[in-house]
Amino acid sequence: MKSGSVKLALYAYVLLAFIFIFTPILASFVFSFNSDRFPSLPLGSFSLKWYVTIFSRPEVMEAAVTSIIVSLASSVLATFIGFCTAYTDYRYQFMFKQAYLALAMLPPTIPLVIMALAMLSWLAQIGLSGQVISIIIAHTVLGAPFAMAVIRLRLNDMDPSLEAAAWNLGASEWRTMREVVIPFAMPSIIASLCLTAAVSFDEFAVAWFVSGLNKTIPVVILEILQGNVDPQINAIGTFVFLISITLIIIAQALMFKGRKEVSAE
Amino acid sequence: MTRPLVVFDKVEKSFANFMAVKPTSFEIAQGEFLAIMGPSGCGKTTTLRMLAGLEAPTGGEIRFDGRVMNDVKPNDRDTPMVWQSLALFPFLNARENVEFGLKMRGVEPAERRKRALDWLERLGIGQFAERNVAKLSGGQRQRVALARALVTEPKILLLDEPLSALDAHLVIRMQSVLTKLQKELGITFVYVTHSQSEAFAMADRVIIMAQGEIAQIGKAKDIYRAPANKFVAEFVGRNNIFEGKVKSKTGKSLNVETPLGVFQVPAEGAPSTAAGSPLSFVVAADLVQLSATKPDAANVVECQLISEQFMGTTVTLFLEAKDGSEIKVQIGQRELETINIKNSAKLYASWPETRAHVLAG
Repeated sequence: MKSGSVKLALYAYVLLAFIFIFTPILASFVFSFNSDRFPSLPLGSFSLKWYVTIFSRPEVMEAAVTSIIVSLASSVLATFIGFCTAYTDYRYQFMFKQAYLALAMLPPTIPLVIMALAMLSWLAQIGLSGQVISIIIAHTVLGAPFAMAVIRLRLNDMDPSLEAAAWNLGASEWRTMREVVIPFAMPSIIASLCLTAAVSFDEFAVAWFVSGLNKTIPVVILEILQGNVDPQINAIGTFVFLISITLIIIAQALMFKGRKEVSAE
Repeated sequence: MTRPLVVFDKVEKSFANFMAVKPTSFEIAQGEFLAIMGPSGCGKTTTLRMLAGLEAPTGGEIRFDGRVMNDVKPNDRDTPMVWQSLALFPFLNARENVEFGLKMRGVEPAERRKRALDWLERLGIGQFAERNVAKLSGGQRQRVALARALVTEPKILLLDEPLSALDAHLVIRMQSVLTKLQKELGITFVYVTHSQSEAFAMADRVIIMAQGEIAQIGKAKDIYRAPANKFVAEFVGRNNIFEGKVKSKTGKSLNVETPLGVFQVPAEGAPSTAAGSPLSFVVAADLVQLSATKPDAANVVECQLISEQFMGTTVTLFLEAKDGSEIKVQIGQRELETINIKNSAKLYASWPETRAHVLAG
């Protein structure tokens, strides 16, 4: 057991870390509702004008639509690929399985700029650069390892007899997949959809390289920022942050709930 | 025995470099309660899994109702199983778990609901039908698993150590639920266990397996009283095993020379009655008499009390003979009170010749 003062110091340390991380976000959040042109204290009056102006810009609306399409499509694709990888890991033993898993986990370890450059040149080679589908492909690659990690965690909690029990009761392998494996993994599948959608929604570097004229929201933010410092950035930043954090919280809650259910058995 | 429902014909199963089940043949009768028992790794679970189609035999034939089953997929057999882990579907409630097998067979929702509820009612857990299986007690979950396996009205039910996770008092209750069900339904039960008390309490016949082979197959009483070999005698426990050499033959008895002296045993069943050939025999612990004074009997072992173990009204005494070997005596509590064991430095274990059983192998 840790003594009281050590415990207190640890709490204080964690609290400081959180303050350090969240202060800029909180500042951006607060200033997004501030009527003043420049971020300074004391604050001016409460206002939604920066939200109104930012969302009345056609390029921002276009980017929002692109971002939503990309994150929906890439989250579905990444979750599908992640599920398949996680299931093969759960179910089968084969040669070079460790290498297979390492390969599946690889994308997040590659520096984003390198990944973005590689993606750009590869997509250009096969004639798929500068389109919405290019961003979807790139974000699927980025999201799949996260999807696999989340779903694998859940499948590891599955009683190995569960599938055999379904066969034993007359279910074919496909039927078992539909009636047993997918329902069992469902909390992690939804968690994975949220997580990979969030990964895609606020990803900048790769999207910036491969998007061409189809900008996503983070790309548009940078373009506005390059022009001048504008409180509109705070508004759109807050908007992106809220969407991402909501998705992540849903994902976390589902994963936690799933684990609790299994351990309650 | 009536017509065999299942025939194992020289069935074997080998994994990469390990023979899990050596060529094995036996039959299971229609309506029989068969227990397969043995230490872990003896091949009993593999045998059961082959019956369910979860492992394919690497040799021989499994016939079910005359049909060769070797290549039939598990979902095309009607061999439901109750799993050691129960393997209930955690995302379904009790009723939906029971309905699963019916759903796979395409039974209409209303019909399968009714049949599932009937079964839950029959097993005394009707009031928990809509409850999440994670919120049921061990005994209730056990009943859900049973109902799920029986709802399709199979000819055979496979049980893989189903009671191993339950508390002792629940085990006894579930044993009576199982035997009662089996008698009522008249279907075949194949019950795999490492627990002798479960197997002997419920089964019509017991198969004892060791290292992938059948060590003995027979009625529980026969296995207990007349073990076929040393492995079974030791596995069944509560047996005193004596090893020695044949000294001479007198009529229908043999005189056997052991480190503890010469004993008389029946000649019947001995592998060889020639003088000098090795011979082992067992005397069940509950057939041994104990006394504080040396009895006038032919088969007597002098020993000292080491420890006692109480099981209800029965006491097992562990004694040590003069060569250090252990003698087990099982007697009733009341009978024990008539013997002055505490104040006796020496005790005498004895048995009539007919109580000794000669091992064939």
